[in-house]
Amino acid sequence: MSAVTVGQSSHWRRVLSPTGNTGDVVFRILMLLAALLMVGIVVAKAIALSADSMLSLRQFGFGFLTSQQWNPIKGEFGALPFVYGTVASSLIALLISVPFSLGISIFLVEQAPYYIARPVGFLVELLAAIPSVVYGLWGIFVLAPVLRQYVEPALARWLGWLPFFRGTITGIGLLTGGIILAIMVTPIISAVVRDVLAAVPGSQREAALALGATKWEMIRVVLVNGAPGIAGAVILGLGRALGETMAVTMVIGNRPEISFSLFEPSYTIASAIANEFTEATGDLYLSALVELGLILFLVTFIVNGIARLLVWNVTRNTGGVGRAA
Amino acid sequence: MIATYNNADRTRRAVSAVMTSLTALCTLLAVSALLIILSYIAWRGIGSLSFQFLTDVPRPVGEGGGIGNAIVGSLVLLLISSVIGLPVGISVGVYLSEVGRGRFTDGVRFIVDTLTGIPSIVTGVFVYAILVLPMKHFSALSGGVALALIMVPIVARTTEEMLKLVPHSMREGALALGAPQWRVTLGVVIPAAAPGIATGAMLAIARISGETAPLLFTAFGSRFFPSSLNEPIASLTVQIYNYAISPYDEWHAQAWAATLVLMTLVLGINIIVRFLTRKKF
Repeated sequence: MSAVTVGQSSHWRRVLSPTGNTGDVVFRILMLLAALLMVGIVVAKAIALSADSMLSLRQFGFGFLTSQQWNPIKGEFGALPFVYGTVASSLIALLISVPFSLGISIFLVEQAPYYIARPVGFLVELLAAIPSVVYGLWGIFVLAPVLRQYVEPALARWLGWLPFFRGTITGIGLLTGGIILAIMVTPIISAVVRDVLAAVPGSQREAALALGATKWEMIRVVLVNGAPGIAGAVILGLGRALGETMAVTMVIGNRPEISFSLFEPSYTIASAIANEFTEATGDLYLSALVELGLILFLVTFIVNGIARLLVWNVTRNTGGVGRAA
Repeated sequence: MIATYNNADRTRRAVSAVMTSLTALCTLLAVSALLIILSYIAWRGIGSLSFQFLTDVPRPVGEGGGIGNAIVGSLVLLLISSVIGLPVGISVGVYLSEVGRGRFTDGVRFIVDTLTGIPSIVTGVFVYAILVLPMKHFSALSGGVALALIMVPIVARTTEEMLKLVPHSMREGALALGAPQWRVTLGVVIPAAAPGIATGAMLAIARISGETAPLLFTAFGSRFFPSSLNEPIASLTVQIYNYAISPYDEWHAQAWAATLVLMTLVLGINIIVRFLTRKKF
């Protein structure tokens, strides 16, 4: 929003006007070029990734997504195990982190006094500042042993009648990947939910309380009001979980097999690229890995797009500032 | 106020008390997770930290070695990406806030927001396709470009937010004095928002200094001090990854020490930024 009020129709004329101040024309064109570069990057990514995966696209077609065989030595490339591992680990992450994120946001926005909400909010945000590779290191040497010794045996004993909690207990597998992801997406989801809750008008709270609602009943009113934005926050977290690479690669076991047991090693799209890209021998192998990258790009672009639209609709009208990057 | 509550009221109050305590518990657990992770890093990392470790190059197992080249490599990569990413990112932010209007600008803003969510490994594959393949080798330059691509959307959005905080009266005042728009923006609006823009830039640098995935097949890694931007270059994060997945205890210990160095940098920036901006936002 600039100070000069110019109608939408004259906008392009103003940006490209040859008769205006020369400095202004140069300035606006330079800024416009930077903006166009952003669009260009998205287009270039789509084109470059498609071009370099053409070999694999031609060879396997849609079967790439439905085949379970990933055997580079035999030249067989099917992405289904990676798709399964990616979706399963992300869902585990959301299952754990969504209740936590909601709890954290509710506490920070609705309950904690200012002098607690600010520092504590900062500490939660710091969780998002920890690099992925550091989570991975911590996952290998702290989380995986704890899961192997205590958590997974307990799950197998009490919930072993479910197919999810059977199999060899190693501490390295789908569950470990999901838990690490949950810790990583919690600050992202809760930051956006905080913005969304803060954007719900105070009059909603006052009305609920005035009608005799308890604190929790009032909070439920606020949650219903912010529901689309909360959905956006969750989808944003999903987008992050789908593409998270290093931490997952280090704890998920990297075996391209589909197993319903959460204890068994799995493999995600992102970790397959990270692990095998520099070792890929042969054009078809490399092309298949680039196609994995193309799939990840398209899926996360769509997922993030949907999430942004949902969050914008809630926070934009009330002037909320999107804190989470 | 004295009132008699029936059972339904009592239940409602009990539910409210339980649920609000649960939200506090969630927050407590998240903060504990942070403190546990950070203190564990400090505890494991501090043992292997020494002057020699910070300055030496990696050596085979049993011969010590250090992360000197990785520290220098990470700084070089940050420098390349900042030189490319900051001007572009700030320009996009200026476009979004000061120049553009209408549907096209909303579209650009949407794309910038969406770009921040694209996995960094995809950016790595993209840069591999457009730079590494044509050049036929890994290089510091391609690593820097990959990091810059991750940095630009973050810088752009924070710059836009900061510019929007500048009061309209300042723009109007300058325009009323006859200054053209470019001078108003460069001479009045950007200086007024400079601390905020710098903050955003620092947070973006903190974010990319922890990136590993986009460097795996662009900057690749190296066992020597960098001598040229056209060669593969080491970085703290890739070094930590390689050591973490190695089978050697000595390298694991070095991975923890390198992590402590990395975390000092990343958290240091975050805390300094927070300290500097505590009164403004």
